[in-house]
Amino acid sequence: MTTPLALKVNGNAVSVQVEPRTLLVQLLRETLRLTGTHVGCDTGQCGACTVHLDGRAVKSCTMLAVQAAGCEITTIEGVAAPSGDLHPMQAAFKEHHGLQCGFCTPGMVMNAIDLARSKADLSEAEVRGGLDGNLCRCTGYQNIVKAVLAGAAAMRS
Amino acid sequence: MSESLLGQSVRRKEDYRFLTGSGTYTDDVTVPGQLYAFFLRSPHAHARIRAIDTAAAKAAPGVVAVYVGTDLQGKVNGLPCGWLITGIDGQPMKEPVHPPLAQGKVRHVGDQVAMIVAESLNQAKDASELIEVDYEVLPACVDPAQARAPGAPLVHDDVPDNTCYVWGLGDKAATDAAFAQAAHVTTLEYINNRLIPNAIEPRAAVAQYHRGDDSYTLHVTSQNPHVERLLMTAFVLGLPEHKVRVIAPDVGGGFGSKIFLYAEETVLTWAAGQIKRPIKWTAERSESFLADAHGRDHVTKAELALDKHGKFLALRVHTTAGLGAYLSTFASSVPTILYATLLAGQYTTPNIYCEVTSVFTHTAPVDAYRGAGRPEATYVVERIVETAAREMKIDPAEIRRRNFITQFPYQTPVALCYDIGNYEGTLSEAMRVADVPGFEVRRKEAEARGKLRGLGYSAYIEACGLAPSNIAGALGARAGLYEAGEVRVHPTGKVTVFTGSHSHGQGHETTFAQVVAQRLGMSVEDIDVVHGDTGRIAFGMGTYGSRSIAVGGAAIVRALDKVVAKGKKIAAHLLEAAEGDIEFENGEFTVAGTDKKVPFAQVALTAYVPHNYPLDKLEPGLNEMAFYDPTNFTFPAGCHICEVEIDRATGETRIVNFTAVDDFGKIINPMIVEGQVHGGLTQGIGQALLEACVYDKESGQLITGSMMDYALPRADDVPNFKVSTQETPCTHNPLGVKGCGEAGAIGAPAAVINAITAALWPLGVRDIPMPATPQTVWRALQTAPKARSGRA
Amino acid sequence: MYTFDYARPESLKDVATALRKQGEAKLLAGGQSLVQALRLRLAHPPALVDLQAIPELRGIAVANNVVSVGAMTRHAEVAASREIQRAIPALAKLAAGIGDRQVRNQGTIGGSLANADPGADYPAAVLGLGANIVTNKREIPADKFFLGLFETALKPGELIVRVDFPLPLRAGYAKFRNPASRFALVGVFVCDTTSGVRVAVTGAGPCVFRAKRMEKVLAKDFTPQAVEKIVLPAEGLNTDIHAQADYRAHLVTVMAQRAVEAAAKL
Repeated sequence: MTTPLALKVNGNAVSVQVEPRTLLVQLLRETLRLTGTHVGCDTGQCGACTVHLDGRAVKSCTMLAVQAAGCEITTIEGVAAPSGDLHPMQAAFKEHHGLQCGFCTPGMVMNAIDLARSKADLSEAEVRGGLDGNLCRCTGYQNIVKAVLAGAAAMRS
Repeated sequence: MSESLLGQSVRRKEDYRFLTGSGTYTDDVTVPGQLYAFFLRSPHAHARIRAIDTAAAKAAPGVVAVYVGTDLQGKVNGLPCGWLITGIDGQPMKEPVHPPLAQGKVRHVGDQVAMIVAESLNQAKDASELIEVDYEVLPACVDPAQARAPGAPLVHDDVPDNTCYVWGLGDKAATDAAFAQAAHVTTLEYINNRLIPNAIEPRAAVAQYHRGDDSYTLHVTSQNPHVERLLMTAFVLGLPEHKVRVIAPDVGGGFGSKIFLYAEETVLTWAAGQIKRPIKWTAERSESFLADAHGRDHVTKAELALDKHGKFLALRVHTTAGLGAYLSTFASSVPTILYATLLAGQYTTPNIYCEVTSVFTHTAPVDAYRGAGRPEATYVVERIVETAAREMKIDPAEIRRRNFITQFPYQTPVALCYDIGNYEGTLSEAMRVADVPGFEVRRKEAEARGKLRGLGYSAYIEACGLAPSNIAGALGARAGLYEAGEVRVHPTGKVTVFTGSHSHGQGHETTFAQVVAQRLGMSVEDIDVVHGDTGRIAFGMGTYGSRSIAVGGAAIVRALDKVVAKGKKIAAHLLEAAEGDIEFENGEFTVAGTDKKVPFAQVALTAYVPHNYPLDKLEPGLNEMAFYDPTNFTFPAGCHICEVEIDRATGETRIVNFTAVDDFGKIINPMIVEGQVHGGLTQGIGQALLEACVYDKESGQLITGSMMDYALPRADDVPNFKVSTQETPCTHNPLGVKGCGEAGAIGAPAAVINAITAALWPLGVRDIPMPATPQTVWRALQTAPKARSGRA
Repeated sequence: MYTFDYARPESLKDVATALRKQGEAKLLAGGQSLVQALRLRLAHPPALVDLQAIPELRGIAVANNVVSVGAMTRHAEVAASREIQRAIPALAKLAAGIGDRQVRNQGTIGGSLANADPGADYPAAVLGLGANIVTNKREIPADKFFLGLFETALKPGELIVRVDFPLPLRAGYAKFRNPASRFALVGVFVCDTTSGVRVAVTGAGPCVFRAKRMEKVLAKDFTPQAVEKIVLPAEGLNTDIHAQADYRAHLVTVMAQRAVEAAAKL
């Protein structure tokens, strides 16, 4: 009942056998043990599972792994520099206390990076609107918004 | 002296792992050979189980075991409640059995009926569909207001009138007498809307049995692993406590919902021992909605008696509190001890009487959720105070000022003794920041745009750091309320701190490190804080009730006192001075009045390499532990001011300004404190505007069973908060701290609804229920006595 | 999730073959609704036919006063398309407000229309603009496409290839979101054309529908005030915890006014 699947994850070629009913997030978490991508809901609202699919932010819980065949996936584990230095967006989240329990954080950061790439000079309102696919129960969003604005500026410079 | 680390916004030590996906949450834990559990849950609110046929499920591919309630009989006890409430009739509360898997009856939608264990989660789920349960569906009651009505279906046959207890606090006769003297009485009826916590990490557990030494390890999403272990071993499973290690690794938010001992991890642990293989269970969000303990669910009538000057004479409160179908771990204490005791608020109201009737309903259990009792109390007090001010045409700030407590300590008529506070200070600063004088101009400008604008206050108080154990015990607590802390100085002078508090977002690894670093004159990088593991930490009561810094932090300070005291003895020996002459500051032991000194790290090394050491008088090593049992609650307080605009055409409310000025006593890390306030405010705003748990009154089905229907605040639902703090240090703990985790959720709901009702008051609208959804506000506008038609 | 087979054909012909082989198979577009339904075990098709590799289903073209959008075009692509922003700005704006960013990065117009969720945005644009739905078998005018709750005129074996939107004189969309799901509680698309005004309402009923009385008055007077007094009968409108039928009826009026206002601005 399995089918072969080849894709790239964080720059590495991956070749596995999966059941078609495997979600992309299950492939990442369970098969590849990339547990930084989280699952917070079963109806597609929380966005904790957000990864990049060929550069665009998508919810890996709302995709079958087989749909990503031939694609390039980037997860939170693939964002920092190989040296371990944080990506400017990650660094901004730390600097501005944009995370508390950390559970929504990977999805937030992945969406924020895509958001920052999508438009220069984001306004606060655009950031708040752009985060509507990500739920956070800890921060009240204020410091996340601050972090995204700062991270976006840092990514441009 | 170097700059104090206390009061610095040190960036968090824990962030790197969270930001790089390197955290370890419970579902990230994978054990070789692990099985997966799935719970079959009741589709009915109330039904008798005539029969369960598990034969087909047991024979399904991959299935290792299927358990139902009868399999647990005599082996797994009911889940205990940790707080005994005694009613006004002198009788103990009713404690019906809370079976981890339903026995004979199901009592709410989502009640656990069977646990299926299989090689894969899909197999467990597939098999669950093969279980045939023959239900005799019975009528259900989901509304606490209806639970005592004649003929209401009983949740438990042995609990008449669905009543767990009727409990009272305060002097009823004196309160009634004061009402007879009142110049004005304001009456309000409230529903404190039932909420579903929704930490973004769903509950999960991984249970392992170790054959070699007949022991267990349980990884679980818990705010208090030691309490979890104690309750599970001593009360439910009858296992020796030392044979069970409970680890709460990184936990993705709790807000109260992960305090409690739940059925799932209990059955999982037991089953791991039966099957002798590890088992994992992770809740799907739908299960979180059905089976996590919910919050609030009060129906209240309150009356405030005032003299003609607006001075409060008495407050009388009658509350019916929904407990859900079973008593959750601390359910009984939330609408009593944590609620009625706060009804004095910030005011000198001399007479208060509160009566609470707690009832069972055919719904998920209700227990502590961020604020736990105190948001409900604040809502009662601050809504009625504001309403009284409007009715008596007194400015709402002014009526508060006339009634503020200004002398401390202050003994309230509802048991608590406030040690210190400055309520005028937080009110006037909040008014300044919120630009209250400029409001009228803003209101007129909004009116020109077709918007109704209102400003509302909430001058809240809370009791945190639940304490002291002996008093709590006298009030019915079945646990101690101290905290443990251990400071382990390593031979190189680096430090590991073990705390019984648990961090699931609060940043203990940073804040506690600051406390230790400051005291020992070290850098925070040289200190690691360990929490959430009964195998590494001696004991602990965990994190809830904004207690971590006030109680857990204090325990660490006491342990530090011991480290420094022993260090002085060692230093005295090394420096050949009298112990009484040794001082310790900035990481150095010095002989007072001389330049003789020895650094802390050298003392540490000496303690572990005791070649030149007073072995006859002193044990080697430098590892100290302390328990701290507070002498009183702490009393964080503050003032929130909310300003809203209401779209007359749609009824939609937008928060345009929100100011919070809080007094948390001394603050260790302002950045973290501010973050806690933001999060609390957002949950409070969620309660006021968005969140409502709705059960169908007929069928008992949970209508808001997913994020598609239960509205959680998103980034564009909340404004940029203006947050600042004032400081009256707590008088009775060593750090002068009070706690900050719940303040936002406690103060915000009343501020929001006071702002909305302020906007609607001129139209003749007196009250708006929570959540003030667009539809609710629109309906109020439709029927408002003095409403004119809006425009789009 | 139940088990199913998976195929990713590379041409329309291969899709037809796959569907012939497995009649109960479901077509998988962006999957933003279907995958959720699979996860919750609300759907259990024996097979999924993934449409992502078929070139004919992709792309945006503007020619002869028609905007053509391939069925597998993602919402984010429509929102960001300069051509659509110029030709039918209301359509680009509508697409930019569907779901959330991640949904727009993956969800497709064809998937949305075939699913016909009562709270979806695209049906309002399709019906409001009087688009033609081009399938592998025929062309279906929008007025004949939406039949009911999650029900369309698509027959077994039929799939949407593209949607042809005629250029309006002006158009606007306004919606009031469900605070939880962010679907439209009520969304109103108004469109002024040389042959009259069309008003399409989503979220309020079992499926998108036209508000003919509003169309009539707007044809004479394309202003917010013109529809201010027109309130749909509440009967037959959706009722749920977020909005009862009478409130929805009221919101239709308010959103219609705002859509007209938006059309005037765009």
